[in-house]
Amino acid sequence: MIDVDIRLTKDDFRLDTKFETDTGLTALFGKSGSGKTTLINAIAGLERPDEGRIEVDGNVLFDANAGINLPPEKRRLGYVFQESRLFPHLNVSKNLAYGMTLARPAEGGQDFKRIVELLDLGALLTRRTRTLSGGERQRVAIGRALLANPRILLMDEPLASLDAGRKAEIIPFIERLRDELLLPIVYVSHAIEEVIRVADTMVVMSDGRVAAGGSVEDIMSRLDLYPLTGRYETGAVIAATVVGNDLDFGLTELSFAENRLWVPRLDLPLGTELRVRLRARDVSLCLERPEKTSFLNILEGSVREMDAGDRPQVDVLVDVGAPVIARVSRRSVQTLALKPGMPVFVLIKAIAIDRHSLGRRGSASRG
Amino acid sequence: MNETAAFWELSPLEIEAIGLSLKVSFWAVFFTLPLGIVVAWVLARCEFWGKSLFNGFVHLPLILPPVVVGYLLLVVLGRRGVLGAWLFDVFGITVAFTWKGAAVAAAVMAFPLMVRAIRLSIESVDMRLEQAARTLGANPFRVFASVTLPLSLPGVFVGLLLAFARCLGEFGATITFVSNIPGETRTLPLALYSLVQSPGGDAGALRIVLISVALAMVALVASEILARRMNARIGGSGR
Repeated sequence: MIDVDIRLTKDDFRLDTKFETDTGLTALFGKSGSGKTTLINAIAGLERPDEGRIEVDGNVLFDANAGINLPPEKRRLGYVFQESRLFPHLNVSKNLAYGMTLARPAEGGQDFKRIVELLDLGALLTRRTRTLSGGERQRVAIGRALLANPRILLMDEPLASLDAGRKAEIIPFIERLRDELLLPIVYVSHAIEEVIRVADTMVVMSDGRVAAGGSVEDIMSRLDLYPLTGRYETGAVIAATVVGNDLDFGLTELSFAENRLWVPRLDLPLGTELRVRLRARDVSLCLERPEKTSFLNILEGSVREMDAGDRPQVDVLVDVGAPVIARVSRRSVQTLALKPGMPVFVLIKAIAIDRHSLGRRGSASRG
Repeated sequence: MNETAAFWELSPLEIEAIGLSLKVSFWAVFFTLPLGIVVAWVLARCEFWGKSLFNGFVHLPLILPPVVVGYLLLVVLGRRGVLGAWLFDVFGITVAFTWKGAAVAAAVMAFPLMVRAIRLSIESVDMRLEQAARTLGANPFRVFASVTLPLSLPGVFVGLLLAFARCLGEFGATITFVSNIPGETRTLPLALYSLVQSPGGDAGALRIVLISVALAMVALVASEILARRMNARIGGSGR
């Protein structure tokens, strides 16, 4: 449980945020300069807010009115930095143990062996930090933060300095922290793809303020937030479950809100709970149920909302039991005379849904 | 044959001066190093009112004529000096006109050099590493001991060496404060001065010069080797 309500002025930047999160992984999402890093630095005690209050698990870490400002070392928050910040004079094993010797053992703690296994660090223990790859460095940094026995884990763009391959290597580890350790995580990111893959809830930041907060599915189905989340990346996110496979054609069937969705084959057990982003530019609309079409996914619904504007494209929010966004040309809107309330069919190519659009839902979000 | 043997053999006077110089420099550096590290850290990492004044005070011996420093020491630490009288009354310690006084003079003169080198080295330690250590539960003292100091060790070592070299060469403050007493305060530079002053001392003076050069070379080479090892140990790329 994290409860933050702070104001902070730094040069000509003003942070004025209020948000709370529960368990699971919460993404702080926003463009660079929106105040995400300043915010988690304030939570960690590395920046001092001018006023307000920060509470974690019922412990007040900062309260301007009561004159409380715990130093970082007393806050018991793990912090994984973008540039890992491993100690160059210590080897991997000593880096990992650094915070462990300082954590109060009476309050329980993470077992060294367990963390080493969880993050697959066994082969690295005696290595010097400068010989590690970027992905390995981040894994060590995560392990080091966990071993200091934190109440929550703060991660500041932990994947930003890694290439695509290394990112894919780290994400499963982050999912394991979320699902196996049940550690609340605050995850700063400016990449919507990452957020959809790992986050259950998200807080959208803009100009030092919280623009919106809620489940990833709810936030991503709001047309008004796309100026902040990235117009190019517009796309509703749905919560789906793996229900079947078509092995002959290499497809997997998902169910969501009483609909079925075919996607390219996923190597996941039946019942796996997923988050799926349906990018608006991959979704088409049709007024009649099309016959003889290559679209594998045809969903029935009704138009709920359309964004107005002079742009050549229009984002149309369609309710198919869950919100789905279709991006169509303004001309098509006129030809079809689309209006809110109108029944439509939503067409989605199965192959448009690639593995970058999928994330496993955390156990916390499943209730 | 005999003459070459005689050339390599040090005279009792030379041995005495070398021994005294090493003793004075060793104790001067030994006692000022901890203080030097603390002052360097304060100057590198703390912001407080009057910092430039403090900085100026620390660097004063570097810019004042050594004779002035020596005279000030005499006034303060001499038998009748403010601090000197108290030291003698309470502890029975006299530093004026003893080798201990020579060590004090050397220490004062070498202090700014030591602080400068250590301060630069501390400033070059990435503060983000110190922040990381704080988030891992280390208090500021622990951060200093486990991150800042180990990472600035090469600079501490350079500071140590600079200070030691400065102590070996100390002349002005020493001769003013503790005079030039054979066997007590006559270090190498003072011995050289005496020889230059006395008729027929040229050969002896040359020998002292050679000894000084040899000492300096040994210290430089040794420090070079040690610094390289230290850099390898802290994983630096040789700052």
